[in-house]
Amino acid sequence: MNRLFSFIFITAVLWLLWLVLAGSLNAQEMMTGAVVAVLVTLLRNDGPCLLGGPEILHPRRILYAILYIPYMMRAIILSNLDVAGRILKPQVAINPGIVKVKTRLKSPVGRMVLANSITLTPGTLAVDITGDTMYIHWVDVESRDAEAASRKIAAGFEKYLEVIFG
Amino acid sequence: MTMPDTPLNLIGAVLTLFGSMFLFLGALGIIRMPDLYNKMQAGTKATTLGNILTLMGLGLLMPGWLPKIVLIILFVLITNPISSHALARAAHKAGLPLAKGSVLDQLREDEDAIAAFEAETQASSGKGVDG
Amino acid sequence: MVDLILKAALVFAGMGVALATFQLLRGPDAPNRAVALDVLTLITMPLLVGLAVHAGRIIYLDVALVYAVLAFLGVVALARYYDRGI
Repeated sequence: MNRLFSFIFITAVLWLLWLVLAGSLNAQEMMTGAVVAVLVTLLRNDGPCLLGGPEILHPRRILYAILYIPYMMRAIILSNLDVAGRILKPQVAINPGIVKVKTRLKSPVGRMVLANSITLTPGTLAVDITGDTMYIHWVDVESRDAEAASRKIAAGFEKYLEVIFG
Repeated sequence: MTMPDTPLNLIGAVLTLFGSMFLFLGALGIIRMPDLYNKMQAGTKATTLGNILTLMGLGLLMPGWLPKIVLIILFVLITNPISSHALARAAHKAGLPLAKGSVLDQLREDEDAIAAFEAETQASSGKGVDG
Repeated sequence: MVDLILKAALVFAGMGVALATFQLLRGPDAPNRAVALDVLTLITMPLLVGLAVHAGRIIYLDVALVYAVLAFLGVVALARYYDRGI
């Protein structure tokens, strides 16, 4: 069941990618895309899909994944303006350091997306990760305590990612 | 190619302008910031937003191209944090120091603690630790 | 009007390219140059898309996409090299 699902899921994603890259919807393109997508999926090694089984298509998860996009955009724009302000000050206004942050996410993919989100918002940059501890380079260190830093940096993203990746 | 002044085209052009300002700010950031990690904060992240805005603006100028342009934006969003993370991690492992004004480095502290612990266990057991 | 705004955008992006190139040449060490290279490619990529819009040819978007892929791989390869050698 799980393997059948990951086969269909990966083939569908590859086929969609092909159609976007080809940029047309005529029958020839669609058939070539389908054949190539199935072949590539057959060639990949036989493990389960990285994202998980059929439960990833649960409506609640999809809803949160869609809500995550505007949240992320808002975070990126706000922090970009913040960093832009720091760059343009006559004396660059920074107070940098590397702080420890604990995440409560369990799934590896969820942790990866969290680290990427933290890196995408300027002002914070994931330098290293071991287990549930992340080391974040922070342009303006507001607290040295791991608890408080986690609340400040990661809690907003975790609220969504917890639901999306389980 | 000259573009007609339709509202959609104007919105697209203004978005492109804002995006290119962020591209410029990113490049200015890598010149002004004191060390590698801060350069990365300013450089690669401001250029990500610049990329998104510029590409969206250009996409609005050419509405038929939007699917492909959104694909490029997604690609940038996925790969950009990975490359800057890889670079920062490698630099930190290679021992590149933080700028002088930095307040703390808990990663270096923890690494030193682990190294000290390993040296201690190695000395007390009398044998090398595997791996 | 649209053309004028786009020209202004081109000027900003061009100044960005100049600054990034300056930083790339200045160094002072290899990781700093790698960051400058990363920024330089990130600025050049939208310029390539702009070129595609200017020429009105969608096929040029593929050039920008492949450029982004190669830039990403290049920076990751550099990072691995500093980490433990290739």
